Amino acid sequence: MNSPVVTRAHLVEARDVVKSFGQTLALRGASVAVSPGEILAVMGPSGSGKSTLLHCLAGIFEPDRGEVWFDGQRLNTLGEAERTKLRRTAFGFVFQFGQLVPELTAADNVALPLLLNRVRRRAAYKTAEAWLDRLGIGDKGANRTGELSGGEAQRVAVARALALAPKVIFADEPTGSLDSLAGEKVMDLLTGLAREAGATVLLVTHDARVAAYADRVVMVRDGLVSGDLGAVGEQVSAAKAVR
Amino acid sequence: MSVPLTLLGLLEREPSHGYDLKRDYDTYFGRGKQLPFGQVYATLGRLARDGKVVGGETEPGEGPDRKPYWITDAGRAEVDAWLADPVEPEPHLQTILFAKVTLALMLGKPAAAYLDKQRFAHIRRMQELTELRRDGALVDVLLADHALFHLEADLRWIDLTSARLAELAAVVNPERTPKP
Repeated sequence: MNSPVVTRAHLVEARDVVKSFGQTLALRGASVAVSPGEILAVMGPSGSGKSTLLHCLAGIFEPDRGEVWFDGQRLNTLGEAERTKLRRTAFGFVFQFGQLVPELTAADNVALPLLLNRVRRRAAYKTAEAWLDRLGIGDKGANRTGELSGGEAQRVAVARALALAPKVIFADEPTGSLDSLAGEKVMDLLTGLAREAGATVLLVTHDARVAAYADRVVMVRDGLVSGDLGAVGEQVSAAKAVR
Repeated sequence: MSVPLTLLGLLEREPSHGYDLKRDYDTYFGRGKQLPFGQVYATLGRLARDGKVVGGETEPGEGPDRKPYWITDAGRAEVDAWLADPVEPEPHLQTILFAKVTLALMLGKPAAAYLDKQRFAHIRRMQELTELRRDGALVDVLLADHALFHLEADLRWIDLTSARLAELAAVVNPERTPKP
């Protein structure tokens, strides 16, 4: 068993995490650590446990066994209220579907988490408009998100995640419902702006092209993290050999 | 990359000197590997011999040969035929990978681990290409995209083959494969 003292060089860490859903064992002792400012992609086939791992790291699922650490705090011993506070203040989320309220405008959707964090209305909307601008959809602020294209809606989701100035962004198949060009734009913006903001990104995907935006890629298979590519720049000679 | 046909295509765009052709070739198609002047002039000489281009009088001026070249109707027809002809699909890499996986299974070596290494090498290369795309000019982005899609296709083959290793082992190495 690993030491219970988290290495502060890591912002987010899972240690030997086990998680079941009924009779189905989704994670069988998964361990992964993410450094501050790092963009980590978690790849794996459907049903491998990669999304479950992300949900455990984000404090959405509570592991049956093992430890989840965030910024020196053991997440899975915190109460629900504390975890909710963390999710509201330190974490941003970008999912494939469903994180936006379709009846609200793009600006409302981005401002909403800020308002929930007691940011004043005018400041919240100013921040929302600035982020929509940075994502190239400043002219869509008054549109209901249900009326936007998939790519535009996903950019609203990225704006919403970044507007909170989170320490970590959790992204689960963020381009899963988009065509290639729209997906590429979303990934360019998500990773580029997260790097600028110094945010850490945990990206779950089955798509190698999306994973290639990350600094580091790990594989999840059968509920275990089974491979780690290390940082960009390593293994280059191996890559060149396949040209 | 067919150098003669690419130069011919550039000449269909507009008549050019060898120097300009080399510059345009290097800009759009060289990708870090410049075309030697000698090859440009030798190629133009062959194209002229075959009636695909005609050369004009050498113009005065400094620097290399200033002889202009025009494409002929025969040259245009060749460019049209080349553009319309689909490129031969070349599954070379897959063939090498297939040979490696099959041999590994025949020899009782860890084929799954080899495929994992290959998968990581592919993803690493995709990371490099994605990095190149970040600030690249559109022509570089499109070339990187082409490479990325090919690597992605290889990865799908790697994933599928990884899932079928036991089946393949039973075919290529039945003596070493445990009976169900």
